[in-house]
Order: sequence, then structure tokens, then C-alpha cells
Amino acid sequence: MLTIGERGEPNVEVHKFYSGTIIGVSLLALVFQALLHKYGRWAEWIDLPLLVTIYFGVSRRNPVTGLFLGGTIGIFQDALSHDNPIGMYGIAGTIVGYLASSIGGRIDTEHPLARFGLIFIFFHFHQAILVITHRVLLVQPERFFSLSLLLDSVVTSAFGVFLFAMLDRLRRPN
Amino acid sequence: MMLLAIVVLAQVLLLAFQIKTDHSVPLIRYWAAAVVTPLERGGTWAFSGFGNIWKGYVGLRNARAENDSMRAEMQRLQLRNQELESQNAEAQRLASLLSFRDAHTETQMLAAEVIGSSSDPYSHTLFINRGEKDRVRMNQPVITPEGVIGKVVEVFPHSAQVQLINDPNSGVGALFSTTRTHGVVRGSGDPSPHMEYVASEEKITEGELVVTSGEDRIFPKDLLIGRVESSKTGSTFQTITVKPAARLDRLEDVIVLLSQHDFEAKKSDDISGAEEKEKQVQAEAAAAAAAAARASVPEASQGGNPASSTSSGAPSSATAAQQAPKGPAAKPATAPNR
Repeated sequence: MLTIGERGEPNVEVHKFYSGTIIGVSLLALVFQALLHKYGRWAEWIDLPLLVTIYFGVSRRNPVTGLFLGGTIGIFQDALSHDNPIGMYGIAGTIVGYLASSIGGRIDTEHPLARFGLIFIFFHFHQAILVITHRVLLVQPERFFSLSLLLDSVVTSAFGVFLFAMLDRLRRPN
Repeated sequence: MMLLAIVVLAQVLLLAFQIKTDHSVPLIRYWAAAVVTPLERGGTWAFSGFGNIWKGYVGLRNARAENDSMRAEMQRLQLRNQELESQNAEAQRLASLLSFRDAHTETQMLAAEVIGSSSDPYSHTLFINRGEKDRVRMNQPVITPEGVIGKVVEVFPHSAQVQLINDPNSGVGALFSTTRTHGVVRGSGDPSPHMEYVASEEKITEGELVVTSGEDRIFPKDLLIGRVESSKTGSTFQTITVKPAARLDRLEDVIVLLSQHDFEAKKSDDISGAEEKEKQVQAEAAAAAAAAARASVPEASQGGNPASSTSSGAPSSATAAQQAPKGPAAKPATAPNR
């Protein structure tokens, strides 16, 4: 929640979590992402590691934490997917984590609609970084936009709103 | 921002290294797998366990519902089976009637259904669904393909009453199919009627066929009545119990004979030689019966009984059979003679 302090500077409310929550939830996101693929292609519509990166980024509002969290989760994604060289998702996750932490302190990220929009934008931004990396570093033609990608972004954003509401319960009361 | 640039640059370099050398970074993959794989294994176990429990629960619910459904289906099929068995039995009975009618085309027959019986427990009568309108008349024989069951004693417009052969007031002129010895099959009130007026000297074998003699002018000749069940020798006549060929206690469809035609002789185990044997036995049996009758009731043979006007001096079995319903006083004075 954004509030204005006595000096007129933004008074940023930083949410803290119980110890181990960030690591545990991040690991669970990676595990669930891998597990759910076994139960159908619908799991591909949702990018759980990205959602976790965005959530903890905007909640902690610490760019360094967001940067490393996004980078670590991304590298884990790369490491667990045999096809990707290490760093593809790592770079994208790093940038998204950093930006989410930076933006989290400037705009309202508590309202469901705001969260939906934020996730939607970050999803496509994340995808754009991946495509650029593919094109530039791997010289592989990747499309920036497709209908299925739009569907994925909408589903992920909608699911993200519910997930964020659930993760809010893990916050430590101030 | 600087940190971001460094981290991103480090990863770009890492990527470039992998692309340039065509090398993956196995150590990082190994660490990632070491961290995530146990959790994945645990997750898979939990998912499959939950899935199995859920499947078991759903399966159990389905099995219960399926069980109820199948139980209901089984009850429905059992009812249907009973219905079909009943229809099958009816079809067999009707087929038997039809077959019997086809085998005796010379005789006019009328199939009838038993619709009731007498309310008197000592009276062995039943009602059929054919009456005067169907050309049923008094004293017409009623049979089944198995054998004689009785005769019509009352006729109503649309129904008739049949007196069974085991009714105490019933009497049927009868003879043994092998020896051709005559007698009267009379109801005793028991399920099995008795054959009376068979001289004690007659050799009666158990299981011998008893057929109608035709002398009562009611039943055509050689209709099967039953088999000898047991015989007891008395001072003059034997007490012979005849087991009816037709199941008198389970009658459903019967045949009313509208016209009188003699039926072919029923076959017993050795009936093929009956015709030849008949002539030999006939004289012997008649003589024995006549002698016995003379010895037992000499008064009756001399005393004004209309039956005594027969050539042998004894009442015919026809007379005996027709008089039988009138009670013991109407008994023929002599044994039936052929």
C-alpha cells in the first residue's frame, strides 16, 4: 500500500513473510510446475515460477532481493528443462524480479485488477525477453505474439490474482 | 541497476559460453535436480496417493451405485424370467393340446381353460370357461393329452362344471390295457380313484395301464385313465388304486370331446403284444369275473336289476359306471364282463 509520509516522500509498506516462506513457495512453484505437466497440457497455460517472482518482487519491494529471486528461479527453470541453456529464463527472471520490486513501491499492487494488469504486462515482458534472448543469442526465430500466448497470459493473470490472495495469508503481520 | 547489469551480463556470458563451447553446465543442472527432484518425488507420491484414495472413494461410490442398480436389474430380470417361464409352460401346455388335437382329427375337440374349482373340499369338480354357447353339453368327456380327467356335469351358457374322476360320485367304465379285464374306476375322495369290480383271481401288476372301456357311453374307448398304483386282494374283488395319468391337482388347460370317437389303444411297455394277448386273456378273465360275481351276489343277479338282462347275466360296466354316482346301492351285481 502506497502512503505519503510527513516529508511528502512515498512511505513504502514492505511486507515481510515468515522465515522460509519465499524459498519454500519458490521451490513449490518449481515442483508444481513440473508436476502439473504430467496431468495435462492445461498446466502449460500457467507460469507459476513467474507468478512467484512477481509476487515476492512487488511484496518485498527490494530490487536486490527481487533480482536474485527472479534469477535463481529462472536458472532453476533452465536447469530443470533439458532443452534450455542455463541463463535463458535466468536473464528474464532476473529482469522481471528487479522491475517488479521497483514498480511494487510505486503503484498499488493490492487491488485484484491492478494485480491482473501487472501480471499480464510482466508475462508479456518476460516473454519478450525470452524471445529476444532466443533471437539474439541462440539465433532462433521466435514469435513475439500469438493467440495461444495471449490465452496463456490471461489464464496466468487470472490464476495469479487468486494465488496472490492466497500468498497474502503468508505475510507476517506488522 | 548496476547489480542488475552485472547479473544479467554474467548470465549472458554463461549463455555465450554454453553456445560457443556447445557445453551445458552439468553442475548447475545437477544441483537444481538434487534440490527439486526429491520434492517432485514427494509431490508425485502425494498426488498419486491422493489420486488413488480419490479413485478408490469414487470407485466405491460408483460400485455401490452400480451394485444397487444391478440388484434392481437382477430383480427385474428375475421377475421377467418367472414371467417367461410361466409363458413357456403355458406354451408347452397349449402345444401339447394342439399336438393331441392334430393326432385325433376325427374327434371334435374344444380347448378350455380351467377357471375355478368347487368350494367343497370333498367335491372334486372344477369349472371351465366353455359352456353351452361353445357346444358343451352334459356328460361330454373332458381330457388332457395325458389322460382322462372327468366329464361335464353342469352346463352354463359360458362355463361348465366338470366332475373329476376322483370325485366320490364319479364312475368311468375302464379296462386294463393288457388283460382287457373290465372294471369301473370310481372316485373315492382321495387323490387317486379306485378300480372296482375286478375279481380277486385277476392277476394285476403294478404299473399296468388302465384305459376307458367305452361302455359307459360317455368316454371313448381306450383313453388313458392312469396306471395301477397298488392292488389289494379282497374276498371277492380286489381293491385297486389307480394313479391318474393326468395331474388332477394341477389342471389349467383341458380338452372337451364334443364327439364320440374311440381312440387308439394306449401303449404300455409291452402293449405291442396286447392285441394278441387280449384274446387269450379275455376268456379267462371273463370266466373268472363271472364266477366270482355269481359266488358273491347271487341275489342281485336274479333280482330285477335291469342290468341283469345282459347276455352274461351280469350288469355291463357301462351300467355300473352310469349308476356309480347314485351311491353304493347302485353297484353292479357282477363284475364287468366284456
